[in-house]
Amino acid sequence: MSVSAEPRPVGVDLQENEENRALVEAIEADNEDLNIRHMPGMIRLTKNGRLVINQASVEARLGRPWETHEFQLAIISYFGEFVEWDDDQIVIAWNH
Amino acid sequence: MTVPAQKPVRKLSMKQRYSALTHDLDWTPTYVTEEQVFPHTTFEGIKVHDWSKWDDPFRLTVEAYNKYQAEKDRRLYAVLDGFAQSQGQLGLTDARYMNAMKIFLQGIPIHEYDAHRNFAYLARYANGPGARFAALCQSLDELRHAQTEIHTLSHYNKHFDGMHDWHKWSDRVWYLSVPKSFFEDALTAGPFEWLIAIGFSFEYLLTNLLFVPFMSGAAFNGDLPTMTFGFSAQSDESRHMTLGLEAIKFMLEQDEDNLPIVQDWLDKWFWRGYRLISLVAGMMDYMLPKRVMSWKEAFELYFEEQMLGGLFKDLEYYGIKPPRHVDWAIGEKEILSHQVYWILYQYSHAAAFSTTIPDAEDQAWLEQAYPETWPVYRDTVWNKAQRVMDEGGRYFNPGLPQLCTVCQIPMGFTEPGDPLTQCQRQSVYEGERYDFCSDGCQWIFDREPVKYRQSWLPVHQIFQGNCGGPTLPDVAAWYGLQPGDGAEYLGSPDHQNWLAWHGQAPQEG
Repeated sequence: MSVSAEPRPVGVDLQENEENRALVEAIEADNEDLNIRHMPGMIRLTKNGRLVINQASVEARLGRPWETHEFQLAIISYFGEFVEWDDDQIVIAWNH
Repeated sequence: MTVPAQKPVRKLSMKQRYSALTHDLDWTPTYVTEEQVFPHTTFEGIKVHDWSKWDDPFRLTVEAYNKYQAEKDRRLYAVLDGFAQSQGQLGLTDARYMNAMKIFLQGIPIHEYDAHRNFAYLARYANGPGARFAALCQSLDELRHAQTEIHTLSHYNKHFDGMHDWHKWSDRVWYLSVPKSFFEDALTAGPFEWLIAIGFSFEYLLTNLLFVPFMSGAAFNGDLPTMTFGFSAQSDESRHMTLGLEAIKFMLEQDEDNLPIVQDWLDKWFWRGYRLISLVAGMMDYMLPKRVMSWKEAFELYFEEQMLGGLFKDLEYYGIKPPRHVDWAIGEKEILSHQVYWILYQYSHAAAFSTTIPDAEDQAWLEQAYPETWPVYRDTVWNKAQRVMDEGGRYFNPGLPQLCTVCQIPMGFTEPGDPLTQCQRQSVYEGERYDFCSDGCQWIFDREPVKYRQSWLPVHQIFQGNCGGPTLPDVAAWYGLQPGDGAEYLGSPDHQNWLAWHGQAPQEG
């Protein structure tokens, strides 16, 4: 069984609205080489390897507490796997 | 006496909460055997050694589920209400846009309800607590989706034709047998096959193609309710995708013997799902007045890049190969929407949506999106359809089409690499001949002929005298169609109303 070595893209589609602005900014700040594509009503963020969402980064921009469960209100779709979903962090990556 | 300072109550971590409220609430039965409590999880041949290995990466608890679902509904119903109150239907790009929504709203809500029922069944009959709780959440989600779609439809039904009898049509009308046969095929499979069919193949592999570009298209065409229920449903869908992925990985990790069974189901349900969403291809490229992306582009982005380039590289680790017949699907991406919409166009006199010839603006878009293939269809079919219109007629196919026994779409697909030769495959089973649109559908039949020989094929049913009578008016009456529901869009009541609404609107500035 082969395991591919090169990083493959993962990504997430979010609703593009005022509620999610801080979240998108936090993802932009915490993920280098993020690709961004705007479509009507939504924003698509993709990146090679791992995409990270940090609770602290979102809270700093939002100015209020934000629990990672709240990400469920923003997400439309994703590709990759949620390899981590904890109180402080969500990580999307491929497992193999 | 000193009073110790009160320590702040330490909250459980997300992991601990999830574990405490799902896995820890499970118990091992002692008065009865596990087989007696969960009698349906062995007959399909899937071997499971340890159900506790099934986890939900979302770590969702009932408390978090209720809290966030309530918030989603609050936001959604505020939008639906605002749209109705402000007469939002007047702000759509065009009334013909509604035809795409009609197909969606006639064909899908009832099957959201089917999914609700079957996930409720899994919430009882899956052996592991992780699987049961994730299935319970999905069951409630699917019920919510059916409700929000019906709620959206109820406003449009006040202003447009083609909405009033969606429930009855879903059981009777020819093109709605396509989604109906798909979901009922899955409902009548065992629990593990259901999880691969709906959880994995439909939700993870293909549902992005249905919801994301299409709902973004709704946003682009002024359809606020559809955009909002679509994206709201899709936020649940992310959890459903996760459940589907968890299901396939769980089966593959539990026992090596599961691999060939899972691969077979994956091959079957990829093709079933792909043929089902070919209706979306026709809707995206031909029925949206303003388009976000072409079917071909969406297929490349959401299927080829994400799934073939990402997911299947991951599943390779377990020995899973990309679905059988995937190359056929890739080969069709340039022609699929042209063929599907031509089918819809020529039979829309017996449908609850209307169609029209692509206008100059549509044609310019089609030409840049499909420079190779659009001119072929323009020259072979649309120019002829236009000549008929110019002479005061409207081309409808007067005959009844032959349907593919498996996908139930009229036979209008072509041989690979040859867009002008119709593809026709046949299998004989116990002396009866069955016909198929493609190798994919034939392969599915040949695997389970005893199942598919029972297909309720709308055209066969008409010929057998089960649909109100032999003529088109007989069948239309039995379907419950009313004048204005189908046929040509130009001059239809929807079109005339649209012109009247805007003619009466105050002139701009």
